[in-house]
Amino acid sequence: MTLIDLANPTRFLALTARILPWLAAATVLLLAIGLYQAALAPDDYQQGATVKIMFIHVPNAWLSMFVWGVMSIASLGTLVWRHPLADVAAKAAAPIGAAFTFLALLTGSLWGRPMWGTYWEWDARLTSVLILFLMYLGLMALWRAVDDPSRAARAAAVLTLVGALNLPIIKFSVDWWNTLHQPASVMRMGGSALDKSFLIPLLVMAVAFTLLFVTLHLAAMRNEILRRRVRSLQMMQASRVAFSNEIGGARGQNASNEVGAA
Amino acid sequence: MTALSALIRRDIRIALRVGGGALIGVLFFLTVVVLMPFAVGPDLALLSRLGPAILWLGALLASLLTLDRLFMADHEDGSLDLITMSRTPLELACAAKALAHWLAAGLPLIVATPVLGLLLNLDMVATAAVALTLLAGTPALTFTGMIGAALAVTLHRGGLLMAVLVLPLSIPVLIFGVAASQAVIVGPMTFGAPFSILCALSLVSLVIGPFAAAASLRHGLD
Repeated sequence: MTLIDLANPTRFLALTARILPWLAAATVLLLAIGLYQAALAPDDYQQGATVKIMFIHVPNAWLSMFVWGVMSIASLGTLVWRHPLADVAAKAAAPIGAAFTFLALLTGSLWGRPMWGTYWEWDARLTSVLILFLMYLGLMALWRAVDDPSRAARAAAVLTLVGALNLPIIKFSVDWWNTLHQPASVMRMGGSALDKSFLIPLLVMAVAFTLLFVTLHLAAMRNEILRRRVRSLQMMQASRVAFSNEIGGARGQNASNEVGAA
Repeated sequence: MTALSALIRRDIRIALRVGGGALIGVLFFLTVVVLMPFAVGPDLALLSRLGPAILWLGALLASLLTLDRLFMADHEDGSLDLITMSRTPLELACAAKALAHWLAAGLPLIVATPVLGLLLNLDMVATAAVALTLLAGTPALTFTGMIGAALAVTLHRGGLLMAVLVLPLSIPVLIFGVAASQAVIVGPMTFGAPFSILCALSLVSLVIGPFAAAASLRHGLD
């Protein structure tokens, strides 16, 4: 089974219908384990219980960038390989990514209030993630503004690839600028700076959130395919009405003109 | 080469003549800057502190609003199809059009900056700093905005949607432009670091903008 085999939407629908229940079950299981472990994790000696926000915040922040990465690959699929499902994937991912980004910002500011003494600070990491959020919203607006999906897909693909420049800026903003947001501690040279009691629940949560994204993404892609089918069926029906009116003679002439104008 | 210089000359000529509207950008810039004292109050000390930010915001909005029509007029009269089909690479043609737009609409903004700095109580050094950062930064605004203009012409949509798409991309330019000007006026940072990043942003957008705009024109026009 390669990517090309999935180009047939019917085959894709059949495959995802079989996979989705398992994915959803795995997501629920891992989320439960992760949350349980996170609840059991000891309090930090400086941060107290607020350290537990991290178990939600960090996976959301990772996912906010990961989803844009997925959309960039899908955009390459649209522009370079013309894969028929690539634009469906890109369109379905945008609202999910926006939700993850919003949750990352929200949990971050809830954590920042007791720790930094402020909900919001214009530091490089926060600002660049906010820009990412705005770009997600802009992309969703672009998808909604154009009625022809394939035309919107190519425009959105160009914009997604340009916006992908923001990803390294977000990743390295904490290293390039000396900011309020702490630098990377999990993935860095010389091993993780996190204690095992924090690291394991965090990794479980990260995998759980990734699975959550894959589940939601596949479900959203199914919905998008079905929505497009409904749309094309409606179009066919409308044109059939117009056509039958046309051969109905002079009586139907006005009606068909109206449909054509609409 | 001659085709590109002909394209640049043609675009500048169209922009500066009746119906072109490049100079309306300067008028808009002036109006925005004049509006600011009404909003924040005519406190000269406050205005001189906010001056660089106001000038940068005005320049950003002015260049964004004039960019809307970069490809639209050519699309309407059919010359965009000729440019797309010609032997000159579309990327180079896009870069030439953006350069012409910057010469016709961006440079006048920088020329107007000293006059507007006078209105905002900026001293000589501060005005020079803002003008220099605008000179280094506005090409980045034009070349990233060109992507939005190309999307606008392929989608037959302009206005607010394009502003929403392009403005987030121009935030880094705004940050470093204002940071470099503020560094001269109040310190404590050095002028060099943010100014170099500003130049780097312009160069990066010079590379990426034409390719993205050409890709969107190639895939989107029908």
